[in-house]
Amino acid sequence: MRESIVMKVHYGTALGSVVLVAVHILFRLTMDFSESLQYENVVANYQFIPYAILLELVLILLSVHGFNGLRVILLELKQGRSYEKAVTYGCLAAMAGLIAYGSKTILMTSMGMT
Amino acid sequence: MSEAKQIAEEKSTNEPISSAKTITLRIAKFNPKHDSGAEFANFKVPYERWTTVLDAILDVKKHLDHSVAVRYSCRQASCGSCGMKINGRPRLACFTKISELNSDVITVEPMNNFPIVRDLVVNFERLFATHKKMQPFIIREDSEITSDTKEFLQTPEEHEKYIQFANCIKCGLCNSACPTMATDSSFMGPQALTQAYRYVADNRDKGKDKRLKIIDDSHGIWRCHFAGSCSQVCPKGVDPAMGIQLLRGYLLGFRK
Repeated sequence: MRESIVMKVHYGTALGSVVLVAVHILFRLTMDFSESLQYENVVANYQFIPYAILLELVLILLSVHGFNGLRVILLELKQGRSYEKAVTYGCLAAMAGLIAYGSKTILMTSMGMT
Repeated sequence: MSEAKQIAEEKSTNEPISSAKTITLRIAKFNPKHDSGAEFANFKVPYERWTTVLDAILDVKKHLDHSVAVRYSCRQASCGSCGMKINGRPRLACFTKISELNSDVITVEPMNNFPIVRDLVVNFERLFATHKKMQPFIIREDSEITSDTKEFLQTPEEHEKYIQFANCIKCGLCNSACPTMATDSSFMGPQALTQAYRYVADNRDKGKDKRLKIIDDSHGIWRCHFAGSCSQVCPKGVDPAMGIQLLRGYLLGFRK
């Protein structure tokens, strides 16, 4: 993939994350902060499908942005064909792993499997 | 007040020109073939108000230590040969007066981010290679030379778009100041990227797509962090940081 496409995704995910995290924070303001962290309320949030979708999107956007950022930092630290390949595929695998793990939590909780 | 009187008054208030003033010039001495690290040699050098750092180095070379290695040519900030770190900042030695540094000790070192040949001389191979990679010439099928074509005229506005970037003298100061160059040995560098912009922005040129493809690399334009140090040190008033951002506009689709 061309670097410009990767960076467009990088900037896009950053902007998307800012918007969605802002919505997420605004949701916290609907009740007292300590109250919003209570077990029942957290589970209720996950079981509210639009909110679960929002959390899933935040997870995907931040994972893509974060792991691409990490890839960029690592590419600048050291160079070399095999190293760069390892960094790129390593970051992709870690990103996929994190999204899978986070999605499992969101899915299971929203389906009531707590 | 007449002009002559004004000049006379100005002269009388100025300090008398004297070569009694001296500075300590610290020159980094390093030969990668023999030495394990750089050592500084100190020299007391007399100077006048107009003495440049290059003059002082050449004075040392002439009278005190013939072995000091320094590259220079035009002595008027046109050739870009005498780039070095002067008191920690990349500058042209011929374009830096001792009096403007306001220091009794002047330390000269080779530029960062370049392999050292000896003492103050660095290897420009990579700089020239990346510059060449940008195809720094007008690309188009027709020519001004053939009889049936016309001169490629430009409006002042079209000229304005790239002219400051055409002032680059390839001295390497921008690459020396660039923080990305310090860690990423494959980064193209501000000099080359600015030259890419210089030709992409030139409306006579038809090689835009080719050049954009070259810079759209994992060690290309996207690795610039916009620190802006390249623009701060350019002795010719070129703004490489801006050139790079404008060039990004083409790749992000903001510019056509």
